[in-house]
Amino acid sequence: MPQIFHPSMNTISRASIFGAVFILAGAGAILWLVFRSSYMTQVGVVRPQPVEFSHEHHVSGLGIDCRYCHTSVETSPFAGIPPTATCMTCHSQIWTDSPKLEVVRASYRTGESIPWTRVHDLPDFAYFDHSIHVAKGVGCVSCHGRVDEMPLMWRAKTLHMEWCIDCHRNPEPHIRPRDKVFSMEPLPAAPTPAPESDAKPGVSNVALDLMQAHQIASETNCSVCHH
Amino acid sequence: MLSRSPYAARCHATWSPAIAALALIALVGCHRDMYDQPRLEPLEKNTFFDDGRASRPLVEGVVEYGAIPPDSVILTGKVNGQLTDELPPEFKLDAALLKRGEQRFNVFCSNCHGLSGDGDGMIVLRGYRKPPTYHSERLRGTPIGHFFDVATNGFGVMPSYASQIPVEDRWAIAAYIRALQLTQYAKLDDLPEAERQQLENQPAATPSPSAP
Repeated sequence: MPQIFHPSMNTISRASIFGAVFILAGAGAILWLVFRSSYMTQVGVVRPQPVEFSHEHHVSGLGIDCRYCHTSVETSPFAGIPPTATCMTCHSQIWTDSPKLEVVRASYRTGESIPWTRVHDLPDFAYFDHSIHVAKGVGCVSCHGRVDEMPLMWRAKTLHMEWCIDCHRNPEPHIRPRDKVFSMEPLPAAPTPAPESDAKPGVSNVALDLMQAHQIASETNCSVCHH
Repeated sequence: MLSRSPYAARCHATWSPAIAALALIALVGCHRDMYDQPRLEPLEKNTFFDDGRASRPLVEGVVEYGAIPPDSVILTGKVNGQLTDELPPEFKLDAALLKRGEQRFNVFCSNCHGLSGDGDGMIVLRGYRKPPTYHSERLRGTPIGHFFDVATNGFGVMPSYASQIPVEDRWAIAAYIRALQLTQYAKLDDLPEAERQQLENQPAATPSPSAP
């Protein structure tokens, strides 16, 4: 029977057994990086929209409240995309001949919807409800980022399950007084707890009081979101 | 090139189905049926209807089951065709109602009418037609139903806010407008004794540097 492998294969096989660990680890690392890259999560990626609507201008420039347009955010799972009529409340008189708004005017004339591109779309097996989060004091900014500094809309957070769970396990840092839920300003920084105290770092007494007042419990049962 | 041994051939035959199975799992693992299930989300695009909308507009003339009669004062602000000067009996005028009215006023109305109702909101500063101040003789004497009616049906260039503000909130806003009107003409004597003492003990207010 002829020899199948050349003697040099001894060295190659030893090297490849040793190298396999690195090849597998490398492949794993590449997958990990790809799945967390903004290519997959769309974090920080501007979505093309039919109208170059600027949240920055309308929120921080004019001071319009989130609820003026997203009217159902406090009462329903869906925050609501405003009908064209809401745009035309002001734009029937302001910027009436701007070519940028022709899509809006055409939609108002014809009754056809403006085909906005959805920026935050959860998988259909995760059930998210805006109203309960708002009622419990989770600010818009916690999930949507500084919308008042976004000239065009992008996703600020990954929307990964890991990210949801982080807050569901430890909601304190994200809980606001109810009158600050729609404010984009960051919460005042919590004082550093004294070394001997057992208070959690980064959590203010205000937040702990709010947790009690709003009756917030850590909700990590699967069926809370997957039902 | 070395000829293949029977062992190598056998080895190849054993592994290829396994590799094919792995590749198949990897391929079917990428499907998105569960991400985009065959149900429609609010305002999603849908080709079934001619207008491409999944959320259907209400049929014209439809009335919600158990709805309030359309000619009742709570929906029209009018009794026998005349604007009412009182809150409908369903509402209790208390601090909670005024607080709610204040919050909703600041969200929906202050953009044009201004936080104090002078008609100098940000949108007016940007070129919208200036609404009248609430503190004129005429509007102070107008029945409360007028403010509800305007919020519901619009007035002049102001469009209807009925789709953005529910009925209860429109009445709360109307009540708050009355409170706003009072702020400009309230007298010190109107305050309860304790609060007047508190006010008088305060140091004189210095004019705010940002005031125009």
